[in-house]
Amino acid sequence: MAEERRQKQCSVVLPTESMKAMAESVGVGQLQEESCVALSEEVSYRIKEIAQDALKFMHHGKRRKLTTSDIDNALKLKNVEPLYGFQSQDFIPFRFASGGGRELHFYEEKEVDLSDIINTPLPRVPLDVSLKAHWLSIEGVQPSIPENPPPAPKEQQKVESTEPLKVVKPGQEEEGIQGKGQGATSADGKGKEKGLIRLKPRSTHELSVEQQLYYKEITEACVGSCEAKRAEALQSIATDPGLYQMLPRFSTFISEGVRVNVVQNNLALLIYLMRMVKALMDNPTLYLEKYLHELIPAVVTCIVSKQLCLRPDVDNHWALRDFAARLMAQSCKTFSTTTNNIQSRITKTFTKSWLDDKTQWTTRYGCIAGLAELGPDVIKTLILPRLSVEGARIKAVMEGPVVSNIDKIGADHVQSLLLKHCASVIAKIRPQPDVVEQYRTDYGYLGPMLCSHVMKARTQAALQAQQVNRTTLTITQPRPTLTVSQSGLSGSVGPRTPSIIKVPSSLTLMSPRPGTPSQPSPPATKYIVMATSAGAASTQQVITISSSQSASPVTSTVPSATSTLQPLVKLEPTGGPGLTGSRPMQKYIVVSLPSSASSSLENKSSVLPTSISSTPLEAGMKLDRSESPGASTQSPH
Amino acid sequence: MAAVQGGLVEAVEEKDIKTEPSNDGGGNNNASDGRLLSTSPGSSASAGSNKSAAGAPEDQQTLLAVLQFLRKNKLNDSVEILRREAGLPEDLLDPKGGDSSGAGSGGAAGSVDLEGDASSLLSRVTASASAGAQAPTKAPGEDQPDVNVVLSAYSQQGDPALYGVYYSGLKRFIESVLDCHRAELSQVFYPLFVHMYLELVYNNHENEAKVFFEKFSGDQECYYEDDLRILSSLTKKEHMRGNETLLDFRTSKFVLRISRDSYQLLKRHLQERQNNQIWNIIQEHLYIDIFDGMPRSKGQIDAMSGSLAGEAKREANKAKVYYGLLKEPEIELPLDDEDEEAENEEGKPKKKKPKKDSMGSKSKKQDPNAPSQTRIPLPELKDSDKLDKIMYMKEATKRIRLAPDNLPSICFYSFLNAYQGLTAVDFTDDSSLIAGGFADSTVRVWSVTPKKLRKVKSAADLNLIDKESDDVLERIMDEKTASESKILYGHSGPVYGISFSPDRNYLLSSSEDGTVRLWSLQTFTCLVGYKGHNYPVWDTQFSHHGYYFISGGHDRVARLWATDHYQPLRIFSGHLADVTCTRFHPNSNYVVTGSSDRTIRLWDVLTGNCVRIFTGHKGPIHALAFSPNGKFLASGATDGRVLLWDIGHGLMIGELKGHTDTIYSLKFSRDGEILASGSMDNTVRLWDALKAFDDLETDDFTAATGHVHLQDNSQELLLGTYMSKSTPVIHLHFTRRNLLLAAGAYNP
Repeated sequence: MAEERRQKQCSVVLPTESMKAMAESVGVGQLQEESCVALSEEVSYRIKEIAQDALKFMHHGKRRKLTTSDIDNALKLKNVEPLYGFQSQDFIPFRFASGGGRELHFYEEKEVDLSDIINTPLPRVPLDVSLKAHWLSIEGVQPSIPENPPPAPKEQQKVESTEPLKVVKPGQEEEGIQGKGQGATSADGKGKEKGLIRLKPRSTHELSVEQQLYYKEITEACVGSCEAKRAEALQSIATDPGLYQMLPRFSTFISEGVRVNVVQNNLALLIYLMRMVKALMDNPTLYLEKYLHELIPAVVTCIVSKQLCLRPDVDNHWALRDFAARLMAQSCKTFSTTTNNIQSRITKTFTKSWLDDKTQWTTRYGCIAGLAELGPDVIKTLILPRLSVEGARIKAVMEGPVVSNIDKIGADHVQSLLLKHCASVIAKIRPQPDVVEQYRTDYGYLGPMLCSHVMKARTQAALQAQQVNRTTLTITQPRPTLTVSQSGLSGSVGPRTPSIIKVPSSLTLMSPRPGTPSQPSPPATKYIVMATSAGAASTQQVITISSSQSASPVTSTVPSATSTLQPLVKLEPTGGPGLTGSRPMQKYIVVSLPSSASSSLENKSSVLPTSISSTPLEAGMKLDRSESPGASTQSPH
Repeated sequence: MAAVQGGLVEAVEEKDIKTEPSNDGGGNNNASDGRLLSTSPGSSASAGSNKSAAGAPEDQQTLLAVLQFLRKNKLNDSVEILRREAGLPEDLLDPKGGDSSGAGSGGAAGSVDLEGDASSLLSRVTASASAGAQAPTKAPGEDQPDVNVVLSAYSQQGDPALYGVYYSGLKRFIESVLDCHRAELSQVFYPLFVHMYLELVYNNHENEAKVFFEKFSGDQECYYEDDLRILSSLTKKEHMRGNETLLDFRTSKFVLRISRDSYQLLKRHLQERQNNQIWNIIQEHLYIDIFDGMPRSKGQIDAMSGSLAGEAKREANKAKVYYGLLKEPEIELPLDDEDEEAENEEGKPKKKKPKKDSMGSKSKKQDPNAPSQTRIPLPELKDSDKLDKIMYMKEATKRIRLAPDNLPSICFYSFLNAYQGLTAVDFTDDSSLIAGGFADSTVRVWSVTPKKLRKVKSAADLNLIDKESDDVLERIMDEKTASESKILYGHSGPVYGISFSPDRNYLLSSSEDGTVRLWSLQTFTCLVGYKGHNYPVWDTQFSHHGYYFISGGHDRVARLWATDHYQPLRIFSGHLADVTCTRFHPNSNYVVTGSSDRTIRLWDVLTGNCVRIFTGHKGPIHALAFSPNGKFLASGATDGRVLLWDIGHGLMIGELKGHTDTIYSLKFSRDGEILASGSMDNTVRLWDALKAFDDLETDDFTAATGHVHLQDNSQELLLGTYMSKSTPVIHLHFTRRNLLLAAGAYNP
């Protein structure tokens, strides 16, 4: 092989056609064939010579890439004038042209209009060179900080998990990767260790003191009450490259946490845990496959559990189900392989419990959400055929004798969920026109509503080519912190699942960090939620969050649909940044009024994950809120 | 112009650049000032023995040469001005000038021989006067006649068609001999192949040459690949003109080491076969260093071969090298007292005791291997230097004892936004400053301590200062200019080498523009531009005692300079390709240079002789480091291997494999226990240097033959590998407390 290459090197000579072309370009018409041959040989030799010298400059410039300046310097060595006008950091694109039996590569020199250059604003000044120091190693151990490369790349984590008995090649890259393990254990038996087949390094699961501290801090912050800390912790989980050693602990923490909190119906904690799962999935350096057996059951629990909160009629456990469903869909997408069959197993689970007649509305909702998130294909094959059956069931609850409020709410949610997911799919597969009667025969009770949804979906699809679908936005404000968890119920057509994971903006939205996070904030807070249905007069609603009102839920639901308008989400806290996300929904202005009462509520009330789930509503709005557990018994004012 | 002159004369000139400068120094050996290396008149014939043009007569000669040049170029105004400035009488110019131009070199060079030298000398001397076009000393035009002479050896005619037959005949023979001889005799292949190929090309047998090359180039050892590539592009006689690689092959005989038995075998075979073609080449172009004893194994041969001109002759490494350290100056006693006081204040004197003893004993008895204290005149220590020594001792007591189970911490300084332009880095010895050389010709200095960089006040402001006050050194600084970094502008090409003076007052930088510049870190201005290399200067380094510095560049020579002389004190010539890297021995009596010819040479500063030649690298050498005790040398090359050398015995004693790309930096820890290497492959690796050297001492190697048998124990010696995030490591530095600092530019 090397031989072949060398031979090739030996024989590479510029084609004589090039010589001709070049001669023509400088005005020499008829070039003799012999001259061409002589020229091409000479030119090839000189070019090689210059290239060799240029290599020297590259080496001394401590680069791997040969640049035009290297060539210039090599030319200078030979007392040849450098080539001007080829200054480029990257490669210079050569254009190819053929015609008249000739093939040419040429460098396209564009004509530049001077006035354009003069008139365009100056480009940004490149950043100046600066110096930054970090620890590459501390007493022989490489710290896992973002400045250092991840201690174990995904491939190695994978190898470790799939083939734990694999012989580690001595030295080389593994050496560096295991710097951690090595450093801890090396001192004594490093030499001896070498010869043996190395079992899975025993120190892998031993956390250093720093890591233990980190783990403690992170987990406490994740489930604690301070939203700012949580945001920071989640960001750390999502970006830190050195977490793989703590991954088993995190995984256990999450699965155990879900187990306990489902029993205790602690909605807030479940939400926090799901956000941890999301953060873990966001971290590009982690190899999660090994821990799916713990994470997936936890997530599925949060989707289909019969009861997730203490007061199912008030609390917005629906948002959690939606969020978890999206997580599930995402992990199906990322981790499902032909061997583990995650997606089909999950689908089976959902379908089975959905088909069961005795299934409660909450679980039913979760199953449908879980299935729906898996994509339009799943909706088409599994959900659409059951629409009429489900419609009948909903009708029974809605129009039949009053059973219980909870059932009614459940049925209502299932209905809007079905409408939302199915409408877009139907809009795609069903030919126009949309006839209400036709829909009724096809889909039963839900038919007419579906019809209007489909029509709306069609107009929207026409209106909007693209939609940004933001799922979760967490706004952390300087004082009374409130979380608007926009649980993505907007009836959008765009692809949804990827956005769950890949919305980095949800991190940047937290920009104004609370100046003093530890400071207890004023306890009771009044929220004024103004729903402005664009064009219409704005309605104001003063909602005082207080649990004593549990009998009369603040939620007002108007299940109908139209609003083709697309106002922006605009949150206008005092001094906070205006956030914009384009989506078809209404404008909510959430103003918080710190109350004068300064008593009871501690920090906890400052963290109010208020979930505003917004279906495209006409004039009404639905406001569900889930309070921190501690706040529920207090009554402000 | 030179082409018309006799080839022989030119050959003499070209063969050794060193002879040329020795001329202008030769006449002034005694005139040069006393502090300078004036000790060895006897060795003036050898390499770099020229003295700098310090004396008055030589100054005048230089001036005359300049004047002559100016006149020749009709710059009469300048002539007049210069003459007036220098205070030369008008009549002096004419006869002298006429003399020098007429006799070729006489007046200007102050010497007698070498007519052909005048122009080149003139251009060298006038390099400073005229930045314009001038014939560089190695311009192709001058090479041509020389090459002709060199090549005339190839003019012998053999039947071109038979070359392949000869070669394959020899190949069959060598493959059929006993195993023990085969490895040794195989060494012959490469030089034979090259010379036969060149002969074919020279005699215009292009096609035969091509066929020959294609047939046999694949047989050659893989580490000759780079040279073969150059060779392959050389297909015509015309190409041979001015080709440096070719010159190297011809001017220096390829050196092979072969045992007597193997050699006899080869000789007998060739004589039996009447294979004169090959026999002639062996006789004329190869130098076979015959030794008695066991033939070497393949591994032994491979370890040592790879350089452009074969192995080093055994005699080349026989000279005595005083590798010991110089005695610490006598300021040590007061220093110890102060140190003790300081320690007492801190209330932990017990730690001090053993330390002091070890140091005291070390410095009191003279190391038998150390050069005499005055062998090289070294600058006197100033008060500030003594203070610095005291600081150094204090820090040394707090130094961490490194060991395989106690690895140093590494602090990495990343240069951000360098846009691939960082070409050189240096730290001061006390780790307070970092300097970076950049491809955009700038030099930047950063302070890494809270102490900011300040300029000295302007002259007018300085006058206002109370010079008697105690804090005068503080007062002369201009607070307004305080900043964390300063930029030094002056070079006109990428800055490839950079070095701080030990006293932190100066900074040296060498650049593609052919100059070495000395910068003041008090005023942050350029003080001197040392011209002489004319071609890119790849590396420069200050001596550990200051004052002297070494530079090496594309012109294949290394030069020794003193900061107060604008011409080099020594020119070390002998490398067959670019001098890529230069380092001072800790005792400042020796310098070591690494080159693209894949050899390392150790030079005696006093005599200018080459005292060691180390071969074994398979690529250009880019990093060198002396162990702190001066006994050992580590070298790193583009082949990603670190080689360890025993300077006293002139032997390779270790090979550290692990890096996958060019090694750009090597550094021993302060006590020499750990060797750190930094590479283009984005890793810093730590090696157990003590063990590497210990293993050797227990080994019973034969110093006489110099045949090392290296065991492959790189993995045992490797203590750690630390990956950076796409940041090539281009400099390493151990602080006085043994913290390792690394530097490189982040290349996202």
